[in-house]
Amino acid sequence: MTSLQHGAPPSPPPGSEGGAGTRPPDPDRARARRSQMWTRLDIRTSPYLFITPFFLLFGVFGLFPLLYTVWVSLHDWSLIGGNEGFAGLDNYVRLVGDEKFWNALYNTLGIFAIAVVPQLLLALLLADTLNRRIRMANVFRMTLILPYITSIAALAIVFSVVFGGEQFGLINQVLSALGLDPVAWQAERYWSWTAIATMIDWRWTGYNALIYLAAMQSVPKDVYEAADLDGASRLRQFVQITVPLLRPTIIFTVIISTIGQMQLFTEPTIFGNNGYAGGSQGQFQTVMMLVFQETFDYQNFGYAAAVSWVLFLIVVVMGLINVWLTSRIKGAE
Amino acid sequence: MTATIIKEPTPPRASQNRRRPQRSRPGARLRRMRQATPLTYFALLLTFVLSVFPLWWMIVVATRTTSAASQFPPALLPGGNFFNNVERLFANNSANFLTGLMNSIIASTSVAVSVVFFCSLAGFALAKLQFKGRGFFTVAVVVTMAVPVQIGLVPLLILMDWLNWRGELQSVIVPFMVSGFGVFLMRQYVLQTIPDDLMEAARIDGCSTFRIYWSVVLPALRPAMVVLGLLTFMQTWNEFIWALAVLTPDNPTVQFSIQQLNESAYSRDFALMFTGATFATLPLLIIFFVFGRQLVGRIMEGAIKA
Repeated sequence: MTSLQHGAPPSPPPGSEGGAGTRPPDPDRARARRSQMWTRLDIRTSPYLFITPFFLLFGVFGLFPLLYTVWVSLHDWSLIGGNEGFAGLDNYVRLVGDEKFWNALYNTLGIFAIAVVPQLLLALLLADTLNRRIRMANVFRMTLILPYITSIAALAIVFSVVFGGEQFGLINQVLSALGLDPVAWQAERYWSWTAIATMIDWRWTGYNALIYLAAMQSVPKDVYEAADLDGASRLRQFVQITVPLLRPTIIFTVIISTIGQMQLFTEPTIFGNNGYAGGSQGQFQTVMMLVFQETFDYQNFGYAAAVSWVLFLIVVVMGLINVWLTSRIKGAE
Repeated sequence: MTATIIKEPTPPRASQNRRRPQRSRPGARLRRMRQATPLTYFALLLTFVLSVFPLWWMIVVATRTTSAASQFPPALLPGGNFFNNVERLFANNSANFLTGLMNSIIASTSVAVSVVFFCSLAGFALAKLQFKGRGFFTVAVVVTMAVPVQIGLVPLLILMDWLNWRGELQSVIVPFMVSGFGVFLMRQYVLQTIPDDLMEAARIDGCSTFRIYWSVVLPALRPAMVVLGLLTFMQTWNEFIWALAVLTPDNPTVQFSIQQLNESAYSRDFALMFTGATFATLPLLIIFFVFGRQLVGRIMEGAIKA
């Protein structure tokens, strides 16, 4: 690989139009030979030169850090002191007994669950709604991806004010206008999860709806026609035709959401506004926030790396479970 | 992660997808079934309001004073305090907002250009050039798309220390200069748009491989390049976690900068925070209004192949 890196893209690989050196003895033949050589070299090496930047950069900044995480996690490693010696599995032993880790994992999975289930259900219903003859279909489709396009941090700030803990938050004002008690959005664990899940769903529901809509449009219309002839109701058609036919797409969105939500960080961090602690009692500290806390507040790189690596394994396992479920469902059909 | 979601491009289909969802197929029954009811419009309108309100309210508060954020019923029309807020925003010491804005513009643009260039180069090679290991490298690219790189955060920080890049702008640029998603997207597009004959003709004319890429492939790739460039720009603009980890408050990106406002506003100056948030969203909104239809098309095309 190293022999390939110099000569990377900016400088074009030797072209055939080279060979400027016209020497006195038999210039034409020499040039022809030279250009043939260049062409052969070009054809042989260019493909590798072209893919080298990608694999080189991914290797250095993507793959290496991921693998090196394992190495760091086996050491005592601090921000200032650097590597302070081999620690074996100490970091992992600590992790297993660390209440904060289990708390963070519980929060991450909990927020994931209460975010993703309503999100995908709503997205399905929304897609079904849009899959009709409607006026201004394009406007409504654009609306769906508007939240997806906005800045996560900016909207997390806005939502944090909407869910303001004090009675001044917009939602609490609505609640008291309705004669209900204001909710302690930050202090109560499950309410804080709800607030964070709302931010996530606001962003992703429309996006997923658009994906479902595309899949629905590729379902042959005759299927519905036949069902209609049989007198099946709209609801029945939705449950018995649309959803089963969309299963691969649904599973795809579940996998993507899993990978994304396991690394949840921005929304709860901005919502909490108390560093990486995730609320006064860590009631909404996610695993990724714990990684940040260990890294920056306690400067414990080794332990942070161990937590990261376990998170990675959890993502992989959840992905595999999804794939396994998919193949089982397919097999059963 | 946004990038990985959009799966596979099918460029030539674009026109097909823009076609109305209901092909004018005869059959009154079908038409009846797919007809929208008032309930449909109610649901869509509700979705519209819920999607737009947070954004709209952000802009409204940004044009008013902080008290507008806790007003009930909520303020719905812009006020006249916007320029005052902007002035205070750029003068704010803890946010370094101007630096953040410039940094984000530089970083997002360079990452977008670089991703488009390197990914089209690699995508072209994987689609059209003959070489040993092509299949292997193609699969490798797909695998990299599934790797959650964020998880390598700690070693990446250590790496940045080794390079002395912590706090420097290149730390949020260089690690993102390529993307597996981009390579894959470009490969598919090249496969579908560049005929082999064209390549051979160029080769017979004595074009070098790079020349073929530059003068034959790149012009044909323009539509895909625009979409990849936009998506990459948006993603880099939006990047928060890594910027927070590797940069410092005196040299932030715009997202980091508004987080500084969020954290340091002891008096909870909502008007100031929302003005910052509006600026942090503005380029994305511009992209949305100019290219929204293309982005919708891309997401939907990707979904069909998924």
